[in-house]
Amino acid sequence: MQNIYLAIPMAPLLGAIVAGLFGWKIGRTASHVFAISGVAIAFLLSLVVFNHIVIDGAEPFNGTVYTWMVSNGINFQVGFLIDKLTAVMLIVVTFVSLMVHIYTIGYMHDDPGYQRFFSYIALFTFSMLMLVMSNNFLQLFFGWEAVGLVSYLLIGFWFKKPTAVYANLKAFLVNRVGDFGFLLGIAAVLTYTGSLDYAEVFKLAPGLSGQTIEIFSGYAWSVTTVICILLFIGAMGKSAQVPLHVWLPDSMEGPTPISALIHAATMVTAGIFMVARMSPLFELSETALSFVLVIGAITALFMGFLGLVQNDIKRVIAYSTLSQLGYMTVALGVSAYATGVFHLMTHAFFKALLFLGAGSVIIAMHHEQDMRKMGGLRKYMPITWITSLIGSLALIGTPGFAGFYSKDAIITAVKHSSLPGSGFAYIAVLTGVFITALYSFRMYFMVFHGKGRMDDYTREHLHECPPVVTWPLIALAIPSVVIGAIYVDQMAFGGFFGSAISVSAAHQIPEEVAHHFHSWWGLIVHSLSDFPVYLAGAGVLTAWFLYIKRPDIPGVLQNKFAFIYKILDNKYFADRFNEIVFAGGSRLIGRIFWQAGDVKLIDGLIINGSARSIGWFSSILRQIQTGYLYHYAFAMIIGLLSLLTWFVFGKGS
Amino acid sequence: MLFDLPILSTLIWTPIIGGLIVLAAGEKRARLISLIVSVLTFILSIPLYTKFDTSTAAMQFPELHSWIPSFNINYQLGVDGISMPLIILTAFTTILVVLSAWEVIKKKPDQYMAAFLIMEGVMIGVFSALDAILFYVFWEAMLIPMFLIIGVWGGPNRVYATIKFFLYTFLGSVLMLVALIYLSIRADGSFSILGFHTLPLSLTEQIFIFAAFLVAFAVKVPMWPVHTWLPDAHVEAPTGGSVILAAIMLKIGGYGFLRFSLPITPDASSELDWLIILMSLVAVVYIGFVALAQEDMKKLIAYSSIAHMGFATLGFFLVFSIIDNTGSWRDAALGMEGGLVQMISHGFISAAMFLGVGVLYDRMHTRNISDYGGVANTMPVFAAFMVFFSMANAGLPGTSGFVGEFMVILDSFKANFWIAFLAATTLILGAAYTLWMVKRVLYGEVANDNVAKLKDMNAREFVIMALLASAVLFFGLYPGPLTEVMHSTVEHLLQHVSVSKI
Repeated sequence: MQNIYLAIPMAPLLGAIVAGLFGWKIGRTASHVFAISGVAIAFLLSLVVFNHIVIDGAEPFNGTVYTWMVSNGINFQVGFLIDKLTAVMLIVVTFVSLMVHIYTIGYMHDDPGYQRFFSYIALFTFSMLMLVMSNNFLQLFFGWEAVGLVSYLLIGFWFKKPTAVYANLKAFLVNRVGDFGFLLGIAAVLTYTGSLDYAEVFKLAPGLSGQTIEIFSGYAWSVTTVICILLFIGAMGKSAQVPLHVWLPDSMEGPTPISALIHAATMVTAGIFMVARMSPLFELSETALSFVLVIGAITALFMGFLGLVQNDIKRVIAYSTLSQLGYMTVALGVSAYATGVFHLMTHAFFKALLFLGAGSVIIAMHHEQDMRKMGGLRKYMPITWITSLIGSLALIGTPGFAGFYSKDAIITAVKHSSLPGSGFAYIAVLTGVFITALYSFRMYFMVFHGKGRMDDYTREHLHECPPVVTWPLIALAIPSVVIGAIYVDQMAFGGFFGSAISVSAAHQIPEEVAHHFHSWWGLIVHSLSDFPVYLAGAGVLTAWFLYIKRPDIPGVLQNKFAFIYKILDNKYFADRFNEIVFAGGSRLIGRIFWQAGDVKLIDGLIINGSARSIGWFSSILRQIQTGYLYHYAFAMIIGLLSLLTWFVFGKGS
Repeated sequence: MLFDLPILSTLIWTPIIGGLIVLAAGEKRARLISLIVSVLTFILSIPLYTKFDTSTAAMQFPELHSWIPSFNINYQLGVDGISMPLIILTAFTTILVVLSAWEVIKKKPDQYMAAFLIMEGVMIGVFSALDAILFYVFWEAMLIPMFLIIGVWGGPNRVYATIKFFLYTFLGSVLMLVALIYLSIRADGSFSILGFHTLPLSLTEQIFIFAAFLVAFAVKVPMWPVHTWLPDAHVEAPTGGSVILAAIMLKIGGYGFLRFSLPITPDASSELDWLIILMSLVAVVYIGFVALAQEDMKKLIAYSSIAHMGFATLGFFLVFSIIDNTGSWRDAALGMEGGLVQMISHGFISAAMFLGVGVLYDRMHTRNISDYGGVANTMPVFAAFMVFFSMANAGLPGTSGFVGEFMVILDSFKANFWIAFLAATTLILGAAYTLWMVKRVLYGEVANDNVAKLKDMNAREFVIMALLASAVLFFGLYPGPLTEVMHSTVEHLLQHVSVSKI
């Protein structure tokens, strides 16, 4: 099995290297063959691993690949931990990645950077796999930053576009703010446990519960709280939680396949995965969990609102992703780690589907992304239409679809939590259900129904995309429907993940609540007597009314609530604030430090200043050295006289 | 036959004699001979690694001859886990410098190459000298070729830059000479550096000696606030000069702290470690911001060098606060080894960054960021390398730039949360100034006709960049071999400084 574990990340890496370094020589077809077969091998082997670990129930594997470095007796290693959590992540990552690879053949068909693109996405798959397979913090951080690198490269893939290279720099820097906290968290882990190995750290963690650290003197904080919050700051960057969410909408400047793969299904869920992986640590700190919960709830609700006013099809889905990541974070906050990962999995499928569907629409519309110029596309693109509808239904939590099970489990978990902040979170996630349905079906109706608002040329050339595009849509639509029903009884509140996730007894969901989740059919029946389903239905109806029945109303509302619209349209002014305060402020500080500190103070005053004062001093000395003999003679006489005076009078007295 | 020669002397004198031969051979054959000499020196340096005994902290490959017997000055050489990697780095970098000058230096290429070869020998001398006067001679001798390289082949403002460079470093080293002579008087006329290590000194004596060393080494590293000579020197220096300056010469300051300050004056170091830590953190944060404001690529990389070297000095001086916190000097090994790894890694990365700017400068004759834009369109291979090295400069895991910073940040948490906090800001600042430059230079539409006419790298430039990229990647993915050679020496040093001399 060990060779299989090793082959899973190595196969895509090999594909990336071949496509990246030799792509120019072997050509387009060979490049995508290499990249895709690399990922396909990884997917097939992941199935083998899933079968071995989950279905056969083998013991988790924890082993070292090689020792990266030894220092101070600490082994810094590269190694794998393969348990049920990893196995699920492997399937999600490799499957979505494979679909996106195939889809890319169609989407990037005419792009001159074709080989480069395949190299990047294969490299991404490698990095993400290293992240989820890691058994230690070092490799976790490696994967964490490596996916950030590839995300940077892919957002800026069209590097001629000013908006794209602005967005990729922004994404990298905002992520680095998160990584800043993350790295400090890792340092804290090492300081207090002496190890970076998960197993070792988790074993020692309970012993930390009494310890405190004084960051500000006089305020003793629990070590576990500090560690967990620092680590979570990393998750806030990668999983785009408020206030580090600002990079994700801009990342839509990249090509659509990577929006699906990286900025919806996999990379942005790394933070969720990480917190789930660290459950033994987070369980030790109620404060940290509360913090996670509140941040998640804010993200889930307020990012959803922004989805309501977007007109760019990809940005609607981007805000939807933010909001759904908020849901997952909320689940983590109430210790429903398994539920969070469950939603991560269902979301990966239906959100990748929605993005690839949007990409299909964008291809057909000749790279037009403004929904105000679409409409009625269902007649021209039946497969894209049906699959997108499935994706939207899954997203809003329609009973029976994948998203329904995971989202309902989250709402239930929040409802039964007594953590500080859970009241607010419950309202947020419930309101979020309505908002999600509203923006999802606003998009769906604007794109696929109503009158076609495109120009005549586009309309005449509208047609369904080729099979390399539509097949991945179909392949993703299937799990978007069925995956929730299959796994609900084990993943929602069951013991699916076994030892991979630990929840303390106080945080467990009561059995009488959890039992609803043991039968997929029973849950559907049960849901009809609860209100989330009706909230979702109301959202769909509202969308239908506003955008199909009375399309004049949104404009009126927009004028009537101009103030609110302005806030939403400007995304709560977060971008403007960051641009002025952080970006502008840093540049200003840099200029001040440079001009005032280095140039004026150090060089001007001290260095050149001392040179000048020596020059000034010597210029005075130079005055004395006139070269005239009588000046010197005069000076000598004066000197002699003064000496005499001193000897006679001064010494005598 | 060849391998019976004393290896360190061979490494010092091969390039120096080679340099003289290059001078004698004249312009036509200068390039080829220089390349042969530099490659030969590198090959000769490999046994330093393969025959190195990692289990001992003692000086290896020792040589001892009487030099000036009347003053008890010896020609004494030897290396340990601190100096050995730096010597190999010197030999490696010199090859790249010779290659980078190949067809670029048109004015007196023989003298240019000879200056670098002689400097290589002298720098190896600095790293291997175990006699204080021998060390001082090499230390000062190093200034001459660098002075000439900047003064003769430098840019328009080279006179100001050379004088600033010379005065700064010279002033610092004079104080060091005074300290060395005082130490020798205390040591009954011996100039043995290892003898100084065990010399008992009062705290007052130590503080004065520490201060003298500090001035010399802080200027060399350079540390804030005596760093302003570096950006000027870099801007005026030819590419090769910048490479040697950044990759090797700055390391000599860091090396000095480990060879002199810490072991000779451990109590003063313990008293004044806050000062070094403060200066290092200022280097990381303040200089990071200053780098952000630069409009000249070379200045930006020069400032980035200062910020990165801050990690080296920080790592070296964490030991005392870590002992205060955890009670074990062993816990400081991670930070000190991190500082050393940072020095080696910065050698590769800064060399690559300066060579990259050199590639552009050779074509466009400007270093202003605003004169560029969209270079990736016309020079895709070059752009790929530059993005890679920029990421390494920003400390991306998987590159060598990550390893040292990671180790130092992890260890500084043991010393104090706020030290770690401030050090970790490099994650944001380092990425900001490096990648903002990448954005403005490489990305975007082709900015002007000059950029449109750019030709991608030729085979020679490609080889240089590929060599550096392999090194950066190798030590990023597997730094084990590098830290392995350091363990014994670092442990010995830490144990030594944890014992008071008073």
